[in-house]
Amino acid sequence: MDLRKLKKLIDLVQESGIAELEITEGEEKVRICRSGAETPIYAAVPPSVASATTAAKAPIVTTEAVEELPTGHVVKAPMVGTFYRTSAPGSDPFVEVGQTVKVGDTLCIIEAMKLLNEIESDQEGTIKEILIENGQPVEYGESLFVIE
Amino acid sequence: MFEKILIANRGEIALRIQRACREMGIKTVAVHSEADTEAKYVKLADESVCIGPAPSEKSYLNIPAIISAAEVTDSEAIHPGYGFLAENADFAERVEKSGFVFIGPRPETIRLMGDKVNAKNAMKKAGVPCVPGSDGALPESPEEVKEIIRAIGYPVIIKASGGGGGRGMRVVHTEAALSNAVIMTRNEAQAAFGNPMVYAEKFMENPRHIEFQVLVDEHRNAIYLGERDCSIQRRNQKIIEEAPAIGLPARLRDKIGSRCVDACRRIGYRGVGTFEFLFEKKEFYFIEMNTRLQVEHPITEAVTGIDLVQQQIHVAAGEKLSIRQKDVVQKGHAIECRINAEDPYKLTPCAGRITQYHVPGGPGIRVDSHIYHNYIVPPNYDSLIGKVIAYGDNRGQAIARMRIALSEMIVEGIMTNIPLHLDLLYDAAFLRGGANIHYLEQMLAQHNKQG
Repeated sequence: MDLRKLKKLIDLVQESGIAELEITEGEEKVRICRSGAETPIYAAVPPSVASATTAAKAPIVTTEAVEELPTGHVVKAPMVGTFYRTSAPGSDPFVEVGQTVKVGDTLCIIEAMKLLNEIESDQEGTIKEILIENGQPVEYGESLFVIE
Repeated sequence: MFEKILIANRGEIALRIQRACREMGIKTVAVHSEADTEAKYVKLADESVCIGPAPSEKSYLNIPAIISAAEVTDSEAIHPGYGFLAENADFAERVEKSGFVFIGPRPETIRLMGDKVNAKNAMKKAGVPCVPGSDGALPESPEEVKEIIRAIGYPVIIKASGGGGGRGMRVVHTEAALSNAVIMTRNEAQAAFGNPMVYAEKFMENPRHIEFQVLVDEHRNAIYLGERDCSIQRRNQKIIEEAPAIGLPARLRDKIGSRCVDACRRIGYRGVGTFEFLFEKKEFYFIEMNTRLQVEHPITEAVTGIDLVQQQIHVAAGEKLSIRQKDVVQKGHAIECRINAEDPYKLTPCAGRITQYHVPGGPGIRVDSHIYHNYIVPPNYDSLIGKVIAYGDNRGQAIARMRIALSEMIVEGIMTNIPLHLDLLYDAAFLRGGANIHYLEQMLAQHNKQG
């Protein structure tokens, strides 16, 4: 189960008020619990492939629901593509948490159709949080950075 | 066979394509604008990617965003649906150059049939009868144009070569109006399609619109799947479609069907396609070819029992057609009513939240729609919110079933054209069958006068 899918499931738990969510897909199984839930509620999500769940010997990942996004300006993806924190593999990342940035500073690259697009900051401030992992796909409007 | 297909469209056709894929065990990727985040097929897709804000140019017409979405999801093929980029040869080319399969014809074929002058010439060469006309683009000289039009005989219709689908056309009844009409159509064509080329055709007074469905694989197997009568239209938009066309002799159907199939082989066609004709005084006249799946495909599916979307996918995967021409039989009668979110008679579109939704059912009723209770119909796209298809052993039964279905259907919170459909389903001329393409507009004009 890839990280993007996992993130979507976490968002689902967050938004819907479900206390606990368990999903089995083939041999993978995920259970997401909202901390502080009183009664566990199981939500059934249709698996992409109909398969028996009897042989679930794969590792079970239990993750706490994510906290609310910290306050600050959120920089969102202006296009679909793959998110990279560096200009080339092995180079230093454009920004790190705690770094101050000006308007126009390059924050990251989104690769789309073999073209590398530099994404610039539209806000001055300090990088509070980096929300996407290097190499992950992002969609239009997805939150990338929080700047304070 | 593909493992994952990206659906580059929205609304009811995105759901239709998704259903075909799911049945075949193929994973689906739904791309969507911000306005369609809550769409039913987005929620049901294996993966979804937001490709842009609501405006179509930034989302559903955004070629880089769509191809990028295919890349990040590792899709293998892209299904363009209808409208949007479905007949955009550049899109098809870029999809293929990026390493994906475009579920449709080759880019060169789309380009050929997209130019209406070239398409007509290709059809003439293939022995498909065409509407008599200017035999090519109109020249610059007004004197030459006058001569050409005199030879055709008034009234004529001036059409943009880069247009199609009802856009970029003007009727001329007298020579006095000719010069202006040609200039205006050229200017509109340049502005809308970037191509000022126009041609002329004899304007037919009372034709029916009858179109033929074809299916062609990559191994030169080509078949026709009967015909559809789409004469009930207004502003060149179809409202009700039927299969088969009543009163069409089998000989004639076979003759035209075979010509279409020959033409397909000649131009190296691939996938599904539709040859559109005007039918008047027992003669067929080719007007244009649509190199994509059509909105009204369900009525052909109903009378032939063939799943056209699945066939598209089989062909795109390189498989040979599993159906032979002699296996194709049209059985029974099917009618489709296009349900639009609009004022039934003023035709003004009406977006908004659907506060009460109840779908009809029963024998012979199929509903292709993405809407659901509490769904918000966005204002940014066309008004088609669903299609109701009624099938019966004969036309009478199909009509009876459609009347019942539409009387059961509830869509509250927005206006729909269901009242117009019910009026048509009880209208004498419609019930007689064989109404021509001007009928609905005449009926609407009557209604608005009395209203």
